[in-house]
Amino acid sequence: MRRAPYDGVVLTAPVSVPYVRYTNETAHWWIARALREVLKIIDMTPPELDGLSVSSFTLAPDTPVGLTQHLGLSPRWLDTVPMGGACGVAAMRRAARAVQAGDVDVVACVAGDTNRIDSFRNLLSAFSRFSMDATFPYGFGGPNASFALLQDAYMAEFGTPREAFGQIAVAQRANALKNPQALMKKPLTLEDYMNARMISDPIGLFDCVMPCAGAEAFVMMREDMAVAKGLPFARISATIERTNAFPNDPIQLRGGWAVDVDELWQMAGHGPEDIDLLQTYDDYPVICMMQFEDLGFCAKGGGAAFVAKHDLTIGGDFPHNTSGGQLSVGQAGAAGGYLGLVEAIRQVTGTAGPTQVPDARRAAVSGFGVINYDRGLCSAAAVIEGAGA
Amino acid sequence: MSTAVSEVAAALSRGTARIVDLTHTLDPDFPVIVLPPEFGQCARFRMEEVSAYDHRGPAWKWHNITLNEHTGTHFDAPIHWVSGKDVPNGAVDEIDPGAFVGPVVVIDCSDGAARHDDYELTPEVIETWEAQHGRVPKDAWVLMRTDWSKRSGADYLNMAEDGAHSPGPTPAAIELLLARGIRGFGTETVGTDAGQGMHYTPPYPAHYLLHGAGKFGLQCLCNLDLLPPTGALLIAPPLKIKGGTGSPLRVLAMVMA
Amino acid sequence: MTEPLAPPPKKNPQKRTLTPLLPPATRSRAALGLGVMAATGRFGLQVCAECQAVQYPPRDACVKCLSHDLPWQDVDPAGTLMAETTIRVSPEPYFRERMPWRIGAVKLDAGPMLNCHLHGEVARGDTVRMALKLDRAGQGVLIALPLEGSDVMQDDPVLRAMSCDPKHRRVLISDARSPVALALAEALLAAGAAHVFAGEPEAWRHWPARAAFEAMEDVSLLPLDVTDVSSVQKLSAEIGGKVDILINSARFTRPGGVLGNDTTFARDAMEVNTLGLMRLAQGFGPGMAARVQDGTNAAAAFVNLLSVQALVPDAGFGAFGASQAAARSISQSLRAEFRASGLRVMNVYAGPGEDDPWFQPAPPPKVTPKALARSVVQGLVDGVEEVTCGDVARDVYARWQDNALLLERELTGAGA
Repeated sequence: MRRAPYDGVVLTAPVSVPYVRYTNETAHWWIARALREVLKIIDMTPPELDGLSVSSFTLAPDTPVGLTQHLGLSPRWLDTVPMGGACGVAAMRRAARAVQAGDVDVVACVAGDTNRIDSFRNLLSAFSRFSMDATFPYGFGGPNASFALLQDAYMAEFGTPREAFGQIAVAQRANALKNPQALMKKPLTLEDYMNARMISDPIGLFDCVMPCAGAEAFVMMREDMAVAKGLPFARISATIERTNAFPNDPIQLRGGWAVDVDELWQMAGHGPEDIDLLQTYDDYPVICMMQFEDLGFCAKGGGAAFVAKHDLTIGGDFPHNTSGGQLSVGQAGAAGGYLGLVEAIRQVTGTAGPTQVPDARRAAVSGFGVINYDRGLCSAAAVIEGAGA
Repeated sequence: MSTAVSEVAAALSRGTARIVDLTHTLDPDFPVIVLPPEFGQCARFRMEEVSAYDHRGPAWKWHNITLNEHTGTHFDAPIHWVSGKDVPNGAVDEIDPGAFVGPVVVIDCSDGAARHDDYELTPEVIETWEAQHGRVPKDAWVLMRTDWSKRSGADYLNMAEDGAHSPGPTPAAIELLLARGIRGFGTETVGTDAGQGMHYTPPYPAHYLLHGAGKFGLQCLCNLDLLPPTGALLIAPPLKIKGGTGSPLRVLAMVMA
Repeated sequence: MTEPLAPPPKKNPQKRTLTPLLPPATRSRAALGLGVMAATGRFGLQVCAECQAVQYPPRDACVKCLSHDLPWQDVDPAGTLMAETTIRVSPEPYFRERMPWRIGAVKLDAGPMLNCHLHGEVARGDTVRMALKLDRAGQGVLIALPLEGSDVMQDDPVLRAMSCDPKHRRVLISDARSPVALALAEALLAAGAAHVFAGEPEAWRHWPARAAFEAMEDVSLLPLDVTDVSSVQKLSAEIGGKVDILINSARFTRPGGVLGNDTTFARDAMEVNTLGLMRLAQGFGPGMAARVQDGTNAAAAFVNLLSVQALVPDAGFGAFGASQAAARSISQSLRAEFRASGLRVMNVYAGPGEDDPWFQPAPPPKVTPKALARSVVQGLVDGVEEVTCGDVARDVYARWQDNALLLERELTGAGA
């Protein structure tokens, strides 16, 4: 085993700043709210924070460098992680090694974005070189059409009915109804899902996340410091990451996790059957299903059967996206890449409150990000463990 | 004390005498002579606004105009033709201005022209006219009335596969007029010569013989039917263009009311 | 199957004319190469000079070997449609007005995956023929076409928006006296044009083909002289709102090099060929630009019939060549000025014409009026910007694209 374990470093202070649909505040404002909250929890002042990792789409014209002066921080370790929905796990695994090596003691990892009325359209038009040249001019207007193409091919290839995706969305909504911070408050039935208006066939209304503003954060810290401060914490058992995997697959029917999945479970020291809950990146239910397959919970193409066989709610036999996921909580830009990890930290430290899965100790977290041209480029996954309640 | 000139002025003021306009309006659609394509052509009349009380000139309106010396109702000077190239004072700026105002007689060929597009003004026609109206006076303008100015569109140039067909003088007719000592010759058509004038000897006899003799031409006249056969005064001063072979001009006649 | 395009109803005079909207227009420099291909009716992509890998989307280094030598070349357009979706919601105003909109993912036989527009007659699993077309923003975009389309495949709304098809449109030919005008009118009507307006300069000079125009159905002769600004203004005031395609056939040609000549014919050539074009554009352009999104017979294109001497003058045609080059430059300015409206400017280059008296001494091959008319109509249907008609023009244009300085030396007598 050539991967070093994550001894001596822990995850603590999970913070979710409540999302709003539209805001006039900047990304700086949202990130600052999350940072203030985590600093309160770990009982440190801004000048004492010696590490910072930031993920955001709407900081321009600033980068995280400008943010440090804006917020009065002077870190000796600064990271920026532009990996979209994979940024949470990616930020975590970079910060963890830096703390382990002693380059920094405490890293606040934060993701936050604003959402003004025209934010989404402006974001799309300048999202990437390939989106500007090769998707935006075709009416794509966002990732919906790109994922619709993916789902169209996936359904044709594996014969998956829309109902299977609907079950994922329905279960997540049931979970979200226990989360006071979720933006979606109404129950969702499978009939609602099937009859909703189509956005980009076969993607329907309830396959899509709602863009909003918000921020999520956690702290990577030396274990002895966390113990001294009496903070509940989680350990990292395993992580993997891959960018631009399988570039020759004509359509993306599998993500980068499939390249390194064996290494993930080997490093964790157990198999997928031993986790208590799974947080996947859920910009679309079809991607959740891909993560079930590529992370080893079922065979490729077996996603529909898997979903039919399991109860994905908090109280069920396979708790999935326990806070409701982005589909029901909202997608606050890059914070969507943190949402699952932050909720997982709460779960395995027994601090999830109304969404707590009983006796949860082990969580798998998966991220997927940066749809560039015709596929999501970044994938990442992690297994974390806590002492539970 | 009244003089002949002050009496003429008074007659005009009183209305006993009046001015007749013998000029076509200069506009872009008025035909010009058309030469074989290899040769340089007569520029058509064109107007372009420079400004019209607007951002190009807030309080004024003016145009640039483009035209040939022989566009529209125009004057031909002796140097216009090869036969007159060495005539002294043969350019429009050199001709004695006294030549621009003088007596005019009108020979009515309108019946003949109505019957025949290629109607010819011949010595016989001139002598028949003289029998009725007296000899063509020395130093007078002679105008050939054909009512051709009432034609419009393609009927004016009246071009066919073998060229234009319009009335004009024979060489002998011009020689007779020159023998009478006329000042110049004018027509309602686009040239002083007949449409088929190239087939005479010399070709284009009106141009060749008149200008060779230092005489002048007027073309594209109209309203000749409003003039008496004799007794009118023609006013036809061309622009004073340096070395000019002719110019568009305002041709007026003074007649008794 | 494609619904045949019905002739449009009469325009409702009480309704506001829609402002032309454009699809997203921003592109990287590399991606502009797609527009060059689309403008000339080719299907081509970057092909790595070192490892032959075909690249898409356009990029700055080879995706396989990192070479930066990526020349644009013609590529096999065959592919397979692997996935499709029908977009029903978009934040982009252009597409919002045109929902639902189908797009697809095609695996090109030559290698890359293409996200593209879909013709209505293709579906997932089909073998398709890819094409690069100019969209209304004037950018090159991909569209998957059926291998064998129906007779009315041109009526597909997605394809028609990328075309300047004369079907159901009203066309103004600026000079009916041009030797190509009659054949052009006939070809346009055969292609389904609703009406042809034919401009007649100098009606006071007979011209033999007039009777042929008078005898044609759906053709009107109207006074128009491109050298007379009042004539252009008068006609544009009268029919400007009904001109969907304008074809400038007015041309003044005289032989003569620069030396040993005066500037009289040169001035006439500039007056007709260059300033005449400007007057037509000034008179009719704004009205056409305002009507690019006006239903089935929306305004579509401004067409210049140019001599290939616009690229390099022939010996013995100095003034004429200059006037053609100047006209070409005007057309480039017009393309930029019309960009915001989506009105296409199409240049059709041809060598000496068969019926053009001023090229009577020139050796064959020459272009017949019928051949030129065919090229114009096909260019409009294909929605291209640059058309070459006949062997001479095709050859000169290709050599000019390849090395303009070399072509100049070849054509101005420096070679053997």
